[in-house]
Order: sequence, then structure tokens, then C-alpha cells
Amino acid sequence: MSDTTNKVQRPLSPHLQIYNLPLTAIMSISHRITGVSLTLGMLIVAAFLIAAGSSEAHYNLVMIVASSKIGLIILFLWSFALYFHMFNGIRHMFWDAGRFLEKDQAMRTNYVVLMFAVVATIVTWLFGCPYISEIISEVK
Amino acid sequence: MSENKYKDSFATPLKKAKGLGSAHDGSHHWMMQKVTAIIITPLIVWLIWSIIGLQGASYDEFRFWLAQPANAVLMIILIFSVLYHAVLGLQVVTEDYISSEWFKIMNIIGQKIFIMTLGILCIFSILKIAFTVGV
Ligand code: HEM
Repeated sequence: MSDTTNKVQRPLSPHLQIYNLPLTAIMSISHRITGVSLTLGMLIVAAFLIAAGSSEAHYNLVMIVASSKIGLIILFLWSFALYFHMFNGIRHMFWDAGRFLEKDQAMRTNYVVLMFAVVATIVTWLFGCPYISEIISEVK
Repeated sequence: MSENKYKDSFATPLKKAKGLGSAHDGSHHWMMQKVTAIIITPLIVWLIWSIIGLQGASYDEFRFWLAQPANAVLMIILIFSVLYHAVLGLQVVTEDYISSEWFKIMNIIGQKIFIMTLGILCIFSILKIAFTVGV
């Protein structure tokens, strides 16, 4: 690799924080952020498996934490991150196959990925939220 | 960027340009990232579906569910392929952002040890439940 030490202080070109990031760029970095967060999210699944293999007290503790309000909020964020990463990952593989690479297609598929992620999250929680009937009756 | 240690040595110009060269592993890494992604997509749908069904499950209910052969096997495949996918992914992120060579390598090794341990604990627990709970 070449020697990159700067000997002359030349002016720098504008860097990342100067630009107003286009949606495509935000989606790109979000794939990375969700990838790393989902790795942490797997600790939730691991906690259930390991606790269930360990003892009833451990299992109950994990279940109580996961079913608490904060636990449910984390699970909600986890589900959205997962769906976003999954649908964007599917788009990644279309890109790898040479599809949807034009700028306007990339822009349109941004919205497709987001729409799928939002709808999948909503459907999941319509089935999966223990408070959903209370929330719906309150809204009515 | 690391210093070019071949700069003032007797190495040939070709060696100076190539340095240590390619690890010859890049396309396999990339391919396995996609292969694991394809494997886990249906498994993730199954996982979320299962979690919804297991809300508030008691200790016995959960263990009974996990002891079903289909559930145990799917869960093992899921844990293995998701953690494999995560190791590959985290390595790329680390390589992109950490420039200090030794810190980067220690990070990647640390991630691998941590995730491998986690995976072994999970799979051991699944097998333990599958083999001890009466179905
Ligand atoms: C809990 C599950 C998952 C975890 C922990 C996870 C983790 C990660 C991580 C850490 C990365 C690296 C990010 C980067 O290099 O910027 C990544 C990349 C990727 N993930 Fe996942 N992921 C998960 C699920 C999925 C699923 C279900 C898909 C399905 C399509 C998927 C598709 C991809 C693809 C295609 C890449 C490569 C992106 C690229 O080439 O830049 N992932 N994942």
C-alpha cells in the first residue's frame, strides 16, 4: 500500500456531513446499522433458548422481561429492523443479479422496500401484540 | 493505511506494489453472505410466526414446543445460519471502519469467539431440551 501521510496541508473536499443524504444513501447505511443491531437482537433469541435449557426460574425471568412494556418496545423495533434488513437484503440480491440498478429504479425500489417493511411490521403486531385489543378499543 | 514495509527493501517492484496481496477469500465470503441470507429468509418468517404463537408460554409449554423434532431442527439451522451470516457481516463492517491493523484483527477474532460460543450454547440447549423433554 502506498504511503498516505499528508505532508502538505491541502484544502479538503467537502465530506459526508456537508451533504443532504439522498434516500438511497440513508437506506444503504440503514442496512448496515440494522445488520449490526440484529446481531445484538439475536441475543434475545439466545437468551430464551439458553434459559429454557437451564432452569424454570431463568426462563421465567427472560419471559417477564421480554413481555414488559420496555421488552415489547425492543421487540417492536427488532421486528421492524428485521423486516427492513430482510426486504432490503432481497433487493441487494436483485442488484447482484444486475437488476434495478438504474438510478430511478433504485429510487422506486426504496419505497417498495420501506412499504413492505412497514406493512409486515404492522401485520405482525396486529397478530402479535398482547395489548392490541385494548389499543384498538381505546382508539374507538 | 499501514506503512509500506517494502518501500526501502530489496523487494522487486512487483512485490512492492502487491504487498501481501489478496487473501483469495473475498468471493467466497461474499457468496456465503448471500447463501446464508437466502437460507434464513424463510426461517426468519417461521421464527416470527413461532414467537407470536409462543407469547407468554410457560416453561413447560416452551420446552414442549422446542422438543418437537421439526421445531428443534429448524431452530438449529436458523441459529447456525444466522450466526454465520452475522459473523461474515460484522467482519466486513469491522474491516471498513477500523484502520489499526492489530485492533481490527483482535476485533474480528473476538467477534468470532463470542458468536461461536453463543451458537454452541444455543444449539446445546436445543439438543438438551429435544432429548430430555417427553414429546
Ligand atoms: C437476525 C438476522 C440477521 C442478522 C443478524 C444480519 C446481519 C447482517 C450484517 C451484520 C450484515 C453486514 C452489513 C454490511 O456489510 O453493511 C448483513 C448483510 C447482509 N444481509 Fe443480513 N442479517 C440478518 C438477516 C438477513 C436476512 C433475513 C436477509 C435476507 C435477504 C439478509 C440479507 C443480507 C444481505 C444480502 C447482506 C449483504 C449486503 C451487502 O452485500 O452489502 N440478512 N447482515
